[in-house]
Amino acid sequence: MYLKKNIATSESGFIFNPSTGDSYAANQAATDILQLLKQGTDPSDVKKQLLEKYQVDSLRLEQDWDDFINQLKQANLLES
Amino acid sequence: MKKPDDLLTIAVTGLNAIDSPGPGIAVIRGLREGLKRPLRIIGLSYETLEPGIYMHDVVDKTYQVPYPAAGSESLLKRLIYIHEKENLQLIIPNFDAELHNFIKLAPVLKEMGIETYLPTQEQFDARDKVNLFRFGKKHGLLVPNDKIISSTTELSACEEAFGFPLVIKGKFYDAIIAYAMEQAQKAFYKITAKWGLPIIVQEFITGTEINIAVLGDGKGNAVSIIPMRKLYITDKGKAWAGITLADDALLKVADDFVKATNWKGGCELEIMRTAKDELYIMEINPRFPAWIYLTAAAGQNQPAALAKMALGESQPVYTEYEVGKIFVRYSWDHITDIKEFHQVSGMGEL
Repeated sequence: MYLKKNIATSESGFIFNPSTGDSYAANQAATDILQLLKQGTDPSDVKKQLLEKYQVDSLRLEQDWDDFINQLKQANLLES
Repeated sequence: MKKPDDLLTIAVTGLNAIDSPGPGIAVIRGLREGLKRPLRIIGLSYETLEPGIYMHDVVDKTYQVPYPAAGSESLLKRLIYIHEKENLQLIIPNFDAELHNFIKLAPVLKEMGIETYLPTQEQFDARDKVNLFRFGKKHGLLVPNDKIISSTTELSACEEAFGFPLVIKGKFYDAIIAYAMEQAQKAFYKITAKWGLPIIVQEFITGTEINIAVLGDGKGNAVSIIPMRKLYITDKGKAWAGITLADDALLKVADDFVKATNWKGGCELEIMRTAKDELYIMEINPRFPAWIYLTAAAGQNQPAALAKMALGESQPVYTEYEVGKIFVRYSWDHITDIKEFHQVSGMGEL
């Protein structure tokens, strides 16, 4: 699961898809995920880091993770 | 005051910087910024309230010209008068409706020492709405299927072929989406009353609209291609804000179009990207779009490049541009005086 190479992300959570012109604002947790995915970090390692950084149990994390990944897919931001 | 020896005098039309704007002001902005030499801009106007006439920082002098329907002879007569006064070196026309006359006059203008940089009449006609589907088929470009009709009785065949919704289009302007036969008939009559026959009935393609500004050198090379997505659209469907995009598929469509047609001059491709990522060419406008200054802002100044090529100067093919560059149009109440309005109305020049 990788973010498309051309997707621009900023530390402040701004996401820009240069192919479509769409832009999005992400919260801190989403920004962290995107930065890590962009660096090629494996999803399981991303989740580990999220569990360490945020006060969240693993069940809730999995639910939010699926929800977020679906949003990224719908926005056409992931490599197919 | 003596004119500088290297003064370049360029005439430009499309000074109607209104809610459905002509490209003239944006073209001039590009020229002034990109040519980097003394420039005198002559505006050619049709209406007395085209804002550019009164924008003296942008347009140095304006002359009214006859409406395209008056024919090429009337236009030539007026251009001869203007040329005697101004010694024009280049004319950049920016309206679809006037292009036929300028294309026809191009050889005469050249003899007078005035350059143009326009498509041939064949190129101009081939991309006409009425011929677009056949044009696409011939060149292997994806274009919505259509039928050209002259009577409402032919709408049934269109329904059979494409199903509803149908896009009912005028030969020059206007498009109405019809979801049922009654709406299609109503749209037929409405558009016929305004623009005459024939009517183009096009299959409805849904997706994201993207526009591409293209400059062709007439030899099959696209000197510049800038794709843009509208971010804010007016009720007339015009871009009020837009952003430059990076997408190889869009660049390829534009490049294929230029290669297939040997297009000469500026043009705008209206593209629809479907959910399946198909890129349909919905329309080909045979001149620069009103948002053309964005090309300059993004690093490919198409108006200045066109001027250089028209004047026989070298213009390398652009390869890079800034992605994510945004334009936001704005309105501004420009103040002028009744004397200026009188001068334009009464004397036909300002």
